[in-house]
Amino acid sequence: MSTLGETIKKKLVDELQATHVQVTDLSSGCGQNIEVTIVSSQFEGKRLLQRHTLVNKVLKDEIAEIHAFSQKPLTPAEWAKRQPSA
Amino acid sequence: MFRSLNLVHNVTRRVALRAPLQARWLTDSAKNTIESSINNSDVCLFMKGTPDEPMCGFSRAAATILRVHGVNFRGVNVLEDQDLRTGIKEYSNWPTIPQVYIKGEFVGGCDILLKMHRDGDLEQLLVEKGVIEPLAEEGTESSNPAPSKE
Repeated sequence: MSTLGETIKKKLVDELQATHVQVTDLSSGCGQNIEVTIVSSQFEGKRLLQRHTLVNKVLKDEIAEIHAFSQKPLTPAEWAKRQPSA
Repeated sequence: MFRSLNLVHNVTRRVALRAPLQARWLTDSAKNTIESSINNSDVCLFMKGTPDEPMCGFSRAAATILRVHGVNFRGVNVLEDQDLRTGIKEYSNWPTIPQVYIKGEFVGGCDILLKMHRDGDLEQLLVEKGVIEPLAEEGTESSNPAPSKE
């Protein structure tokens, strides 16, 4: 994982107590197109716009540096639902 | 006292260093353009490129979603104006483009629009705001009556 990916992950864990962060590089090598899935209980009871705003605030500097940023903010319950049942 | 002065100095310096990369302010002309755009159209999409020729996949996706709902939106090409491109991020306090405004209210970017579209929330919002007509209900106004469920 790139340095940027590590920075993003650390910030989300530190500031949003994210329990799962998945940074996917969708660029063709330049690292400028990133998609992040974030699982945090802090999203509970928050509407989508509020969740995005929360993440945007934490990652303000990182988002400003890259060309494309996409995010999926999920609560632990929503994340669990997406996992294939064993 | 000295400490706080030092803090102000540091902040100023940081902003100054970043300025060449991304302007941190909103010019009057950009603000006027933004406000007249969002106030003079029901739905306004700040995008890279035009609705007919989007210059970015995210902008293309946002325009396509609005079209699917039959929305006659105004597309504002931020690539034509650097002040607008940075200014809209400041104005909305949102770091990415595209950005959608419905009836002057910020709705979100591509991710949000896509999720709202999938969940049916976008259609509901557009109907609530009077932008589009609700779809005719089965068996009432539809010219092709739905098969009876009985």
